[in-house]
Amino acid sequence: MARKITIEPVTRVEGHGKVTILLNDRNKVERARLHIVEFRGFERFVQGRPYWEAPVLVQRLCGICPVSHHLAAAKAMDVIAGVGPAGLSPTAEKMRRLMHYGQMFQSHALHFFHLASPDLLFGADADPAIRNVIGVIAHDRELATRAVLLRKFGQEVILATAGKKIHGTGAIPGGINKNLSPEERDALLNCPAPYNVDTMIDWAEEAVEFVKGYQAKNRELMDGFAAFPSNHLSLVGKDGALDFYHGALRAVDAEGRRILDDVDYNDYLTYIGEEVRSWSYMKFPYLKSLGKEDGWYRVGPLARLNVCDFVPTPRAQKQFETFRAYTGGKPNHMSLHTHWARLIELLHSGEVIKQLLLDPDLQKDDLVRKGKKTGEGVGLLEAPRGTLFHHYRVDGNDQISMANLIVSTTNNNEPMNRAVDWVARNVIDGRAEITEGMLNRVEIAIRAYDPCLSCATHALGKMPLEVELIDAAGTVVDRKRR
Amino acid sequence: MSNIIKITIDGRECTARPGQTVLEAAAANGIYIPSLCRFEGLKPAGSCRVCTVRVGGRYQASCTFPVSEGMAVESAVPDLEDMRKAIVEMLFVEGNHMCPTCEKSGNCELQALAYRFRMLVPRFPYLFPKKAVEPAGSKLLMEQNRCIKCLRCATGIRTKDNKKVFGPLHRSVEKKLFVDPALASALPERWARKAMDRCPVGCILRKEVGFAVPVGRRKYDKAPIGSDIEKPRS
Repeated sequence: MARKITIEPVTRVEGHGKVTILLNDRNKVERARLHIVEFRGFERFVQGRPYWEAPVLVQRLCGICPVSHHLAAAKAMDVIAGVGPAGLSPTAEKMRRLMHYGQMFQSHALHFFHLASPDLLFGADADPAIRNVIGVIAHDRELATRAVLLRKFGQEVILATAGKKIHGTGAIPGGINKNLSPEERDALLNCPAPYNVDTMIDWAEEAVEFVKGYQAKNRELMDGFAAFPSNHLSLVGKDGALDFYHGALRAVDAEGRRILDDVDYNDYLTYIGEEVRSWSYMKFPYLKSLGKEDGWYRVGPLARLNVCDFVPTPRAQKQFETFRAYTGGKPNHMSLHTHWARLIELLHSGEVIKQLLLDPDLQKDDLVRKGKKTGEGVGLLEAPRGTLFHHYRVDGNDQISMANLIVSTTNNNEPMNRAVDWVARNVIDGRAEITEGMLNRVEIAIRAYDPCLSCATHALGKMPLEVELIDAAGTVVDRKRR
Repeated sequence: MSNIIKITIDGRECTARPGQTVLEAAAANGIYIPSLCRFEGLKPAGSCRVCTVRVGGRYQASCTFPVSEGMAVESAVPDLEDMRKAIVEMLFVEGNHMCPTCEKSGNCELQALAYRFRMLVPRFPYLFPKKAVEPAGSKLLMEQNRCIKCLRCATGIRTKDNKKVFGPLHRSVEKKLFVDPALASALPERWARKAMDRCPVGCILRKEVGFAVPVGRRKYDKAPIGSDIEKPRS
């Protein structure tokens, strides 16, 4: 089958996706692919750096969820520092949790309100001039205000724990470099409404209700769009609880049967392989026990709620029960329900932030611990977009000799490709021309996974995207670029 | 002979003691002359030229130039300030200074001067030299990408029996700091820390202590460089 792959180094800096759709002789879709043509090279240039620098260096992978990279690297470096996940002081562990849940809160708020809500509010065929966050502001001032303040609150939590809202330095190997002062705590806990955690939790719950209501009114879209069965993977707490910061790996199949359970993530290489395909810089991870063909899986909010047994905060648990009941307790495979799951996680994050703010351990001074150094460390956590893997080796001079990062978007590579394929087969099939509405639907499918490739620029409604329609002879019959 | 010498700095009348350098006299009068290679307590080398002033139309390194009666010093004048800024810019382009991930950020004198001079983008092209992080015994690492060859370490860090631990190797653009790994390993903890603290940039790193001070509590987070010396003009 003829095909054309274009590598565009100018797109390295910001997220850039490219979709190719291959047609057969009868103008039917043969195959659709999402190519990631960014090349970052972090795994290479982190080599030689001092290991304690990794949490600060690798977080520069992203401006939206740097905390996830910061903490995943710090967790790996805890192991190298001989402290390990179990050896952290309660203050260090809880400060990191607070930082991470602040991050989940801001990232989920950003994604839903700034990036995804324009699609829901205005529809896929709406004028791109209004289908963006500015359009949301014009359409619903109250919603837009909440969007900004919800995100701001998460950022304030990060500021108080990491020292900066973006690219802070809080987590260090073996612990944390600051505790939470009573003033910082009170500012988050007790500020006059709406700038306090209670208001944020209320707003998050109302956001869940909003998406539930939207789903009830738009079942065909929400339930049918880019829905396909898959395996699901995430970390879960020891008791099966939803846990974003730490836990064991669990994977379930499309029916909810466990493929992996209680797997120590230090052994991830035993269970997870990565396939390289020549047409994308992004690898394709898979569960080794199921093989390359069938072992692909989803990660992220939808996967997490499919994998965990319960949500350990009351208001989010109630929402989780409704969410689970909708599919009769079976895994939910509806791509757009990721938005619903994401908002339940937003609510949960708000509740956890409040619990942590009330914990006196955060004002204690036992910040860093030391142990017997080791030469290798793995750190995993649940980032906003899904399971994030960091793995490092360090030489005798304390310099990093190997790094392997499997980021959330990489884990979702195959699902995003399937989602794009779904759009191609259901929306583009049999047509020789790409319309604006088709492009939007490709975007909506990808956006449900909240991939990092788009986070840099699509806040104003434009995902950098190129779609090519290629016929059976390999000729590009149409190309749309934005 | 009087113990008081009268000089002017940018027209401001100042008093100085015999034997003081212009930079010391300025500081004693509440005037900050930016400097980089100089370190309090060490013999000034006059190597970086950031502290250059003009006396009688001639350019002098104020950290080594002694005061004399009636001397009229020009310091905070536009052309000299731009020259200082240019020197700092050259130091940036000669190395590989990635402030966002450097553990000395916030405590770095080069960075602090760049902020003071409002440096945005250097006027000179980046050289991107190929340099590396080098092991320096059990306690230290040398991040050669950041070295500005101030030689503070070569001058000020010695073993108990007065052996130099650091020293320059090669000349001109090839010049680099060499460290004796055995002597560096034998440095007591206090001196290993001192080596890191005396380095104006993030070249000498005490292992495993990076990023221990949170953002907001680092030296230049609290006050800009020079503000401890400067007094507002009355």
